[in-house]
Amino acid sequence: MKILIIEDEKELRETLEASLIKEEYLVETAGDFHSALEKISIYDYDCILLDVMLPGGSGLQLLEVLKSEDKSDNVIIISAKDSLDDKLKGLELGADDYLTKPFHIAELNARIKAVLRRKQREGRNTLEMGNLILDLKERQLLINGEAVPLNRKEFDILYYFLLNKNRLVSKNALAEHVWGDNTDQADNFDFIYSQIKNLRKKFLATKAGIDFEAVYGIGYKLIEK
Amino acid sequence: MKLANQSLKYFSFSVLLVIALWSAVFYLFMLEVIHDNIDEELENQKRLIIEKLSEDDFILTVSEFGINSYQVHEIPEGKAVLMRNSYKDTMLYMQDEDDPEPELEPVRMLTTAFEHNGHFYELSIINSMIEESDLIKNLFYAVVILFLLLVISIVFINKLVLQRLWNPLYRFLGQLTKFRLGETQNKPTIDTKIQEFSDLQQAVATLIRHNEETYEQQKQFIGNASHELQTPLAIMINKLEMMAEKGNLQEEQAVATAEMLNIAERLVRLNKSLLLLTKIENKQFFDNQDVSINTVVQQQVNEFEDTADFKNVKINVTESSQLAVNMDPALANIIISNLLRNALFHNKPDGLIAVEITENTVEVSNTSLHPPLDTTRLFSRFYKSETSSNGTGLGLAIIKAICNLYGFAISYSYEKQQHCFRLRFRAS
Repeated sequence: MKILIIEDEKELRETLEASLIKEEYLVETAGDFHSALEKISIYDYDCILLDVMLPGGSGLQLLEVLKSEDKSDNVIIISAKDSLDDKLKGLELGADDYLTKPFHIAELNARIKAVLRRKQREGRNTLEMGNLILDLKERQLLINGEAVPLNRKEFDILYYFLLNKNRLVSKNALAEHVWGDNTDQADNFDFIYSQIKNLRKKFLATKAGIDFEAVYGIGYKLIEK
Repeated sequence: MKLANQSLKYFSFSVLLVIALWSAVFYLFMLEVIHDNIDEELENQKRLIIEKLSEDDFILTVSEFGINSYQVHEIPEGKAVLMRNSYKDTMLYMQDEDDPEPELEPVRMLTTAFEHNGHFYELSIINSMIEESDLIKNLFYAVVILFLLLVISIVFINKLVLQRLWNPLYRFLGQLTKFRLGETQNKPTIDTKIQEFSDLQQAVATLIRHNEETYEQQKQFIGNASHELQTPLAIMINKLEMMAEKGNLQEEQAVATAEMLNIAERLVRLNKSLLLLTKIENKQFFDNQDVSINTVVQQQVNEFEDTADFKNVKINVTESSQLAVNMDPALANIIISNLLRNALFHNKPDGLIAVEITENTVEVSNTSLHPPLDTTRLFSRFYKSETSSNGTGLGLAIIKAICNLYGFAISYSYEKQQHCFRLRFRAS
């Protein structure tokens, strides 16, 4: 999988690059409008992370170029501007998603996975890890082929972790993903803790090959045992 | 004190002063004229008496003021030589026609000396001054009447002038009182030819323009600053997450990293809330449509259901009416979810949230261990009760801003140990 990061802020570009390399993607980067234009005209990418404000031009112009070549459907716009106009324009030009800075790495991973899955067009609606299968269409969890009942939030949480296998998912990222953008209090942490605990119990009871690993009180990693 | 009364006060005082001064001068002047007149009369009488003496000696026998207004006494020569004409004011018993018996009355007396056939005589002639005291009395009355007349006419003129002259100012004042920065479209105007008033309008217009510019800049600044903070915050959070993920941290470092991450998250929430607030205040939400508040409440209650179950808080929704409001759906969701979130997170274990939807209002009340909130500061930015530290302190300010945008009313009350927020979408 080849991913292009178009972002002028060096620090952010490098951090994103490091994170995506962990996910075993082939990562290329561009720091300004012209080098980005050069890269997208020559190569094809499975996913492009596109910043809107770039030195030398607008990310939306790049999007227009991609659109003209019918390659804009795998673009995720990352912008500091949470502006509805930009969002609509970007999506109109065929961008797949619009992510407002700042975002959590886990959230970016989830969005990239969504783009890649749509691109593969294999119609696969399951996520797998160890002896565990999450059926997205039926909203069902199978462990060793047996259905394990999950409540709505447990399903959402597990889904999110499966998009971030072996990666740190911070409690904040989880709260934001599960409760939406207008969560402005950290009071959900106790609730998250209890949901993780419940999931863990279910994993233990069904001899699942995976487990949550707590990371310094910041969040959890879903790992294979 | 009103301008009319104040100017009336000054006018009457100064008029009183001028009139008092004028009447004193006028009185002294009249007195002088009267004395001159009387003295001339006395002089004239003296001449007549002495002329008459050559024909008739009878005059020399009048030694008392009686029916005549003079008396004559013989005096030695030595004394007569020293005497000059002298006038003096004195009192004498006299009987006027309307007096039943003689009274002391003021008189003017001329004393002089003359020689007749080798004898020397002293002659005193008197003239009554009774008219003079009457004059003073009358003068006083005239002055009082003049004063009253003047004050009454000042009141009327004042009223008329104020109405005509100051009316544009009062209208201007009315407009200024209603003027709100960033809300009122029309600037206060004054319709007048008076230089001072149009100067005032100019000055006010300049002041308002200056304020509006500052206000705009301020709004833009908050928006821009929040935007500019987004990328550095993104870098900070992502770097901290990557660092924590590596898993090779010492315990102390790990704790510090977790703390920094939490603080960064708080900054993000703060920043997002500020951006939202700026957007609301800049009226950047314009997708107004009929929104069913009942539906919004149901959706938001669903969103909070799991957390409420977890905290063992029961949410009761009573819908006594359907309530549709023309507003931006995103803002409708924010306003309801902010109210519910507050009601949930400041609740107590096994508590209760009651949501009541009526024809024009939504009321959210909750049980809590917290004391009543400070109503004066409740809706101001960064208000936090002593018991909470997690929030941004902007939740209620955002509700208030949305209410201001659409003209809704939000109020808070504390009854029966329940915190109650009532949102009134329109006057009933």
